[in-house]
Amino acid sequence: MGVGIEVIDLNAWYGTNHTLQDINLHIPANHATALIGPSGCGKSTFVRCLNRMHETNPIARVTGTVRIGDLDIYNDAKPVEIRRRVGMVFQRPNPFPTMSIYDNVASGLKLNGYTNKRVLDGIVERSLINSALWDEVKDDLKKKSGASLSGGQQQRLCIARALAVDPEVLLMDEPASALDPISTAKIEDLIFQLKSQYTIVIVTHNMQQAARVAEKTGFFLNGRMVEFDSTHKIFTNPSDKRTEDYITGRFG
Amino acid sequence: MPEIRISEPQLPQNPASSEGQQPAGGNTAQVSEVRRFLLSRSNSAVVDGGFHWLMVLCALSIFGIVALIAWRLVVSSHLAWSKFGFGFFYKTFTDPDTHQSIFWDPVNARFSAVPFIFGTLVSSFLALLMAVPLAVGLAIFLTEMCPRALRGPLAFLTELLAAIPSVIYGLWAVFVLVPLMRGHVNPLLVKSLGWTGLFSDENPTGLGFLTAGVILAIMILPIISSLTREVMTAVPQSQREAVLALGATRWEMIRMGVLRNARIGIVGGIMLGLGRALGETMAVTMVIGNTPEVHRSLLSNGSSMAAVIANEFTEAVDDAHLSALIEIALALFVVTIIVNALARLLVWAVTRGAPSQAR
Repeated sequence: MGVGIEVIDLNAWYGTNHTLQDINLHIPANHATALIGPSGCGKSTFVRCLNRMHETNPIARVTGTVRIGDLDIYNDAKPVEIRRRVGMVFQRPNPFPTMSIYDNVASGLKLNGYTNKRVLDGIVERSLINSALWDEVKDDLKKKSGASLSGGQQQRLCIARALAVDPEVLLMDEPASALDPISTAKIEDLIFQLKSQYTIVIVTHNMQQAARVAEKTGFFLNGRMVEFDSTHKIFTNPSDKRTEDYITGRFG
Repeated sequence: MPEIRISEPQLPQNPASSEGQQPAGGNTAQVSEVRRFLLSRSNSAVVDGGFHWLMVLCALSIFGIVALIAWRLVVSSHLAWSKFGFGFFYKTFTDPDTHQSIFWDPVNARFSAVPFIFGTLVSSFLALLMAVPLAVGLAIFLTEMCPRALRGPLAFLTELLAAIPSVIYGLWAVFVLVPLMRGHVNPLLVKSLGWTGLFSDENPTGLGFLTAGVILAIMILPIISSLTREVMTAVPQSQREAVLALGATRWEMIRMGVLRNARIGIVGGIMLGLGRALGETMAVTMVIGNTPEVHRSLLSNGSSMAAVIANEFTEAVDDAHLSALIEIALALFVVTIIVNALARLLVWAVTRGAPSQAR
């Protein structure tokens, strides 16, 4: 089951570039939350702050508080522990090319020393079913490499890999922007199904996508969160002029 | 329109284009002049063709040189080949007086390549054993852990090691490494590991297989480490992030996200190092002892394929002796070419970004 995320006064920098400024919001548990905004507005940095991937860049810096469930991730835990609880799917599919499909899905568990083969088999199957890839790959799970799949299948494999470690939160950084419309539709269906079990945060450039999959939407501009509200409200009656300009296509 | 009148004498062969451009009017005069200049240029087919063949010639000359070397070696080693046959590479002879096995007997014109093949393989293997962990560790440190400010200088220094002429390594080995081995390392090895039989002979010279292996290890370290670094850098950042996002520690990230993806290239780098170690002549000749014998002890004097050629070629007066040396050269030539070709293929397969198949 997913947990909610509480973000309080979050600031982030790349070198001297202040990429996130005073972000405050509450992301509800077991819902999909979309983050929209023009390129470079800080939304990717924001999700990377939620699993402390931001700080893997040596010039990056973060201040503020992020609570995932009861856990204050910047004060009470190591990055490694947090990333075990918060799954992430990246913009470009990044399966492990030297591993079979099975090993790709099982990689997170094997990494943490999980070896019970019968349990692993079950988890791999369940994860692939949840990511709607099972029927396409079940016959050559151990024969084919993760890189031999198509782009859309690779992305669903990456989702299965993230689901296999049973995360509480699933972060998706433009998960469909490198995919064709059919694969995109599959990913969106998937998000729709998954959000009953996981808290999903999805960054997207595609406003229709945000409108289709998310209950809540946040609009980012120049490192600040301009507006955060129910998706319906954001797209029909935004309170801020800049949000309205963006969603009506006047800029961005 | 003065500019058109000026340009006309330069383009007498293209009246059609200048006529076509004139109606374009005054404000486009600049553009039309450029256009006419471009149209006036020949299509350079002759020059291009000549250039093409020149480059083909350059490329073919490489194959030509290799083929000529191989042909020369085959022809010149014919005498030894007809005399000793394939047994040249495995046979031993027995000395009629002492009843000891001997391999290399220029006085009686009996030759076998066994001790040299043995010496080359043993010293190269020892070199790999020492250099590979060090080189891979260095590459991991440089690509994944090193502070940015230190990365450039350290990489530069390791690569400088490769630029030092091998005779200087040899000299250094003679003056520093050999006394060190003789005085400290060899006695210690005999005392602690003598029971294995690999370190039984406390060689009073300090030369031998192990000393050659150490100097070779230092020499191939920069090759292996720079190639390993290259293939590790070629692993996309997204692979590292994928592993990190699964909750991996830094070492797990390096193992799963970097080494696993780069392993084929690393093997290629190791093989390139092996290629260099097999063929290395000067430094090995200076420290291996130059005794055509086979010993179990790594501390014994020995010889290598390259070393025996360098040592004896100028002194070989007998045809069979010369021919035997050239046959060793041929064997070394074939082996190093195969090893290097395989190594390059492996490195190339990784750095050009082809996704390798599972398992």
